Amino acid sequence: MTTQAIGASLPRVGGEERVTGGLEYVADIRLTNVLHAKLVTIDCARARLISIDKTAAEAVPGVRLVMTADDLPQPMLRFGPQVEDRPVLAVGEVRYHGEPVALVAAETKDAAEEGARLLKVEYEELPAVFTVDAALDPAAPLVQEAAIRRPGDPLADTNKFSEHHYGWGDVEAAESEADLVVEHTYEYPMVTQFAIEPHACQAAPDGDGIMMWATTQHPYQLQKILAKLLDMPLSKVRVFAPDLGGAFGGKQWPHMHPAVAFAALRTGRPVKLVMTLEESFQAVRRTSAKVRYRTGFRSDGTLVFEDVESNFLIGAYADIADRVVTKGNWLAAGPYRVPAVRIIARGILSNTPPATAMRGFGIPETAWPREMNLDEGAIALGIDRLEIRLRNLARQGEEFVPGETPADGDWEQTVRRAAELIDWGQPLAEGRGRGLALGCKSGPTTGISYGTVRFLSDGSAILLSGVSDMGQGARTVYAQIVAHELGVPMEKITVIMGDTGVVPFTQQTSASRSTVLMGNATLGACRDIQHQLQKAAAGLYGVDESEIIVERGVVRLPNRELSLADVLKAALGSLGGEFIGNGVDRKDPTPGHPIKGTAYFYEFNCTAIDVEVDRGTGEVTVLRHITVADTGKSLNPMQVSGQDDGAAIMGLGHSMMEHYIFDEKGRVRNLGAIDYRIPTSKDLPLELISEQIENGDGPGPYGAKGVSEGALLCTAPALGAAVRDATGIAIRDLPLSPERVWRAMRDGK
Amino acid sequence: MSDRFPIELTVNGRHYALEVAVHHTLLDVLRDDLGLTGTKECCVVGECGACTVIIDGRTVNSCLVLAVEADGSEILTVEGLATAGRLSPLQQAFLDTGAAQCGFCIPGQLISAHALLARNPHPTPEDIHEALAGNLCRCAGYEQITEAVLAAAEEVGR
Amino acid sequence: MQDFQYCRPQTVAEAVAVLAEYKEGAQILAGGTDLVIRLRNGEIHPTAVIDLKRIAELRPGVRREDGCLVISATAVMADIERSEAVLRDFPALAEAASTVGSVQIRNRATVVGNICNASPAADTAPPLLVYDASAVAVSPGGTRRIHLNDFFVRSGQTTLQPGELVTGLEIPLPKRRLGAAYTRLTRRRGTDLASITLCCGVDEDGVTRLAYGSVGPRPVLVLDESGTLADPNAPDEAKTPILEQMLAGASPSPRSMRAGPEYRLAMLRVLGRRALGTAIERLAKGEAA
Repeated sequence: MTTQAIGASLPRVGGEERVTGGLEYVADIRLTNVLHAKLVTIDCARARLISIDKTAAEAVPGVRLVMTADDLPQPMLRFGPQVEDRPVLAVGEVRYHGEPVALVAAETKDAAEEGARLLKVEYEELPAVFTVDAALDPAAPLVQEAAIRRPGDPLADTNKFSEHHYGWGDVEAAESEADLVVEHTYEYPMVTQFAIEPHACQAAPDGDGIMMWATTQHPYQLQKILAKLLDMPLSKVRVFAPDLGGAFGGKQWPHMHPAVAFAALRTGRPVKLVMTLEESFQAVRRTSAKVRYRTGFRSDGTLVFEDVESNFLIGAYADIADRVVTKGNWLAAGPYRVPAVRIIARGILSNTPPATAMRGFGIPETAWPREMNLDEGAIALGIDRLEIRLRNLARQGEEFVPGETPADGDWEQTVRRAAELIDWGQPLAEGRGRGLALGCKSGPTTGISYGTVRFLSDGSAILLSGVSDMGQGARTVYAQIVAHELGVPMEKITVIMGDTGVVPFTQQTSASRSTVLMGNATLGACRDIQHQLQKAAAGLYGVDESEIIVERGVVRLPNRELSLADVLKAALGSLGGEFIGNGVDRKDPTPGHPIKGTAYFYEFNCTAIDVEVDRGTGEVTVLRHITVADTGKSLNPMQVSGQDDGAAIMGLGHSMMEHYIFDEKGRVRNLGAIDYRIPTSKDLPLELISEQIENGDGPGPYGAKGVSEGALLCTAPALGAAVRDATGIAIRDLPLSPERVWRAMRDGK
Repeated sequence: MSDRFPIELTVNGRHYALEVAVHHTLLDVLRDDLGLTGTKECCVVGECGACTVIIDGRTVNSCLVLAVEADGSEILTVEGLATAGRLSPLQQAFLDTGAAQCGFCIPGQLISAHALLARNPHPTPEDIHEALAGNLCRCAGYEQITEAVLAAAEEVGR
Repeated sequence: MQDFQYCRPQTVAEAVAVLAEYKEGAQILAGGTDLVIRLRNGEIHPTAVIDLKRIAELRPGVRREDGCLVISATAVMADIERSEAVLRDFPALAEAASTVGSVQIRNRATVVGNICNASPAADTAPPLLVYDASAVAVSPGGTRRIHLNDFFVRSGQTTLQPGELVTGLEIPLPKRRLGAAYTRLTRRRGTDLASITLCCGVDEDGVTRLAYGSVGPRPVLVLDESGTLADPNAPDEAKTPILEQMLAGASPSPRSMRAGPEYRLAMLRVLGRRALGTAIERLAKGEAA
């Protein structure tokens, strides 16, 4: 009989390859006749390029190509998911520390590195802006000249890439109703994804087309961008996306990939580029932010207004960062009932590594100020910090943002469970503190995934999925769905992903959508097969279709039950063949919606943390870290916990130790693993508990919602609140390193 | 261009005689010359542990060992953990607890854990955290990795 | 591209001869955890790299000889961490060695390498200073001993003369009971370079030795012979001015990424006090010789 696959902690599909070292990541793939590429950058945050002398580089034995902007089609081709502003290689100006100026390809890695080292780039360093304040200064140099800004952009003579206005009600009028107004400015640091796998890609000419193997979360988006830049039809651009060694949003959109593609076409040979970890830090990061947050309360703790001004530093090119600004700020008021809200959210250009997507997509940056203000209000009003949240929390079905998807879960249950697990209300020893915070992020607002299942003649199955597996376990979840619906044992299912030439379209893998969108598409494909076999069974056994029930790998006729596989075999007969099922899940744009579409679902999380602060050194010890998420249905609980634990720890990394350090000229000083600190096995909370609330109320298969980002959304304010509880001091910037906490205890801020 | 230096290595029980560039690291040689790509390259400064292998019984960051230094050594990489196609108890435990998420750090974690269990068959969670402190995991599957090592220790102890 | 002669001398004499041949073009390779990084990022371009690991005279890495504990140039941190001889007589050194990097690093990084690199933040420097260690330097002209307090000049610079090879460190076996503690300041609990390194030793004669690093160009050793610091019953008001004077030599770099100067100076005091307390406790318990 069919195994209970859904809700079971089945071993990861692809797990065995991971523990034997057999899984081939992009950098492990060995193409024949390959050239090794190295990017050339200059040690400047901003500079005018004067000239490039290739002579010495080209003379290095083994060097086959030294490619600069001059060697590419003119005028320079530009690309980007929101605005086509990023050049294939820097032309005229370098806008951030690490922007590629040239690509050298050679027979060996050594020769490529030598060639890159010997390339003579003449440049004039220019003043750079790398903070919100510096970029907004009216006298600041422009990061992007008007020519590459959007046509007719009214902000083109500033470093404001965009300005968005959201809100409802009348904040001015609401001021008079507020018994207490809390206003502060908060900063969220610049951090980077730091996947253990650096970025890499390999490109090879393929007849009149091209093939690319890339560390990408969105193979179809990469395909589309390459097709346009290379002027090829989509059908001639084949992108392979092997399983990723971590991504966390940083591998969504192309950056050096087009340059590698051009190099392959120019040399007529495969070209392989594996970035260093330092180069990866220069290529992608999270948006950092400076947010001024005003919260108005009545004396009973209910919220009267929230007035937010957000400046997100997005970097030298827009990438997807403006989308982060919109999504992150659209829900800046939080999962609460607030009568009046005003949000002004800006994306600010800077001469820094371009920001792209990162787990949480703007929500951590706005949850940080909001939740800290809530705590301050509670303390000032003498209201319990848990109680003030419950008093304002939107209940299931409530529209907490007008025109937006209502609250889709029993969030109160999530919050109460977290409070219970942390023993909220129980006293703490001296020097200890407790904090609790809520985070809410919308899942995808638009999207489309196609799923194809091939039910083969021996009852095994192949599933085609355009989603990327970067550790979240997408492969496993889809196999579980097929196992559940078609009754195929897990070991007889093959999941083929990451090949645009074979697998039908999926828009992207982001926003925790893989379980819902691709899951639904997979479910649809299975149901398609079930339906086809229902029809076939009617013919085979002379029973009316309406009297046949097909579910979970079983065909129920009036008088008997058959396995789906047996019906399959009977239907195929001696000729053989297979049954092919197709499914699709799509979320179409909502016309007129400020962020293009309503939320497909929400990721809602409550995080509660206990800390002990060393009064001498400022060191914060996380004693207990509780994270509870509203997941709808955990299709694979082991994988969900792994993701939630992981997100929680990453959140602690951002909150306690991670940040880019710049010098006075805007160069990043702490590239690489020695001085950019992330949590190790010795930096874990003494106790970490992650739980999921499963009420089956999600739009995904079996009531599932998306997971993977939730536990990171409000780690910072939960920690900040705990530190304030322990020390009496609210710190409004991150990370809460020992030195920062020590200074706060000394200075009172 | 640079002279090739002859070395001999025994990797996962198999003997290799090869010539290497003096400045190439053991990591370079394992991956590029011997095609053993299970050992990964990440930080290249001895911080992340993705390149961890065992040389003559001790774990090292292979990115910080020149290949020439390893001449005459016995080396164990992740590819050598399974015997005759059967996963080791440690590898199986990593699968059972879901310790491998994206998987990129896992070869290094396995090697460090393997070395730990060889010298300390009954580690505590603190022992495991200390032994694996030089293996970064950004998926942060540390709890499940620890669980896996404890389970494997118990299994082997049976 | 790096292109150097890789040399594997079998004896100390051979190593010294090769070093004399290549002069400043030579780099000594023991653990390689610093050298390989500098080779890769092009910071150095040696004409020869001299690998000490085949020299039989340098084994075992830790041994007793003529009233001293000798740590050879190829002894790695992991060996020091676990050596019974070190744990018994010089536990603060074992403590320091155990904080250097990860297991993988400790299996390669050598104590002598740590000292010769002369990073102000070298973890083994403070305990070695407290324990009165000397470097044994061999050259074609002979052998001399350099007390470590006369060894460090500034970051990356020692008083070694060209052609001298440090073959080991000698630590005189203790003649008095000593309680010592090593401590450091880092940005996270996990492996990290230290923003302060500090070792405090208190002996049964009431002499307190304090050695600290990463707050100036070189590790510093200072003594209090008044007996006040070592006295568990002396009040804070008596200890503070003495401690202040001992820490007055600290001048942390304002450019450091790891910790700001104010924090470092403040933590020097916090950690200094804590280490002093631990050292006094250990002396009383007779934990250390």
